[in-house]
Amino acid sequence: MPSNKRKVPEVNSSSQADIAFSLLIFFLVATTMNVDTGLARMLPPMPPEDQKQEDVKVKERNMLLVLVNGAGQIMAGAPGKQALVDFRQLKDMTKEFVLNPMDDENLPEKKEKEIDLPGGGKWVYPVSEGVVSLQTTRDTGYQIYIMVQNELTRAFNEIRDEVSMKQFNKKFADLTDEENKALTTAVPLKISEAEPRQVGRK
Amino acid sequence: MKKKGNKELPAISTASLPDVIYMILFFFMVSTSMRDQELLVRYKLPTATEVHKLENKSLVSYIHVGPPALAMQAKFGTAPQIQLNDSYKKPRDIGQFIASERDALNESDRALMTVCLKADENTKMGVVTDIKQELRRANALKISYAASKALGY
Repeated sequence: MPSNKRKVPEVNSSSQADIAFSLLIFFLVATTMNVDTGLARMLPPMPPEDQKQEDVKVKERNMLLVLVNGAGQIMAGAPGKQALVDFRQLKDMTKEFVLNPMDDENLPEKKEKEIDLPGGGKWVYPVSEGVVSLQTTRDTGYQIYIMVQNELTRAFNEIRDEVSMKQFNKKFADLTDEENKALTTAVPLKISEAEPRQVGRK
Repeated sequence: MKKKGNKELPAISTASLPDVIYMILFFFMVSTSMRDQELLVRYKLPTATEVHKLENKSLVSYIHVGPPALAMQAKFGTAPQIQLNDSYKKPRDIGQFIASERDALNESDRALMTVCLKADENTKMGVVTDIKQELRRANALKISYAASKALGY
């Protein structure tokens, strides 16, 4: 009989909200939300110490020297032919250097390379031999260094976008992993970071 | 017949309040990550436009570079310091730091280890280069120069 049944008293749940609130506040305090962003680079491996360091011979035309000094001035150009450039010119200069659209004799050579495409088949692309060499002094500011790195990356990204548009008809960021790999082979990010120059030493 | 007397407004039920709070809680639990170390240096990251997200946070080791935090300045001055884990270190300690960070990872993940360099924008390249040289020596070659996203200059 229902009237005889003893009722189980309900647990008071009014404090559940408070418990949830305290948990929430704990997580708000103890965690961070910021996403780390940055410019990704690969450092060159250290040569073994017993090995005599030989300078890798790179043809002059295949090299774009970018020097940044402590005052934030930028010099860029082929070795021996550097000139003061404005920071805004750097991207277009790098693009022209890597692409060498007119097959200029003073700009990098290109080597035809067969690249495997993900869907089978080959893609022959003239891969530039150019290397951008970024040099700083010890008193160069980090901000200008990052800005120059950023401009160089931007140049490469724009080239990749253009090549990708031509080949795959989509932007570099939208490529699949395999297409991305093929394109990275076609347009490698060749930025060498030499050790800084000692100021006042040749 | 209606009952007489002034009718009171029924109280709004708060029974679903815990559920709402739990929802917010779970959102924060999923979308955030634990703060792992206390910062002893102050830094303002440089800005860049071509930044990438750092993908797998468990594979990332952080190196912070910048002037000491305000509370530490009486003792350490304002010259840039390198913070590894929870203390100031010298560049030569980086090798050991990398080794211990690498040991903490799975063997299959070790090649994917990334070092995130968080340096103040006013740092001189001398310090940064010393760090880079140590990283090269420690064979930790994947590096990410932390920079905040800017829309343009």
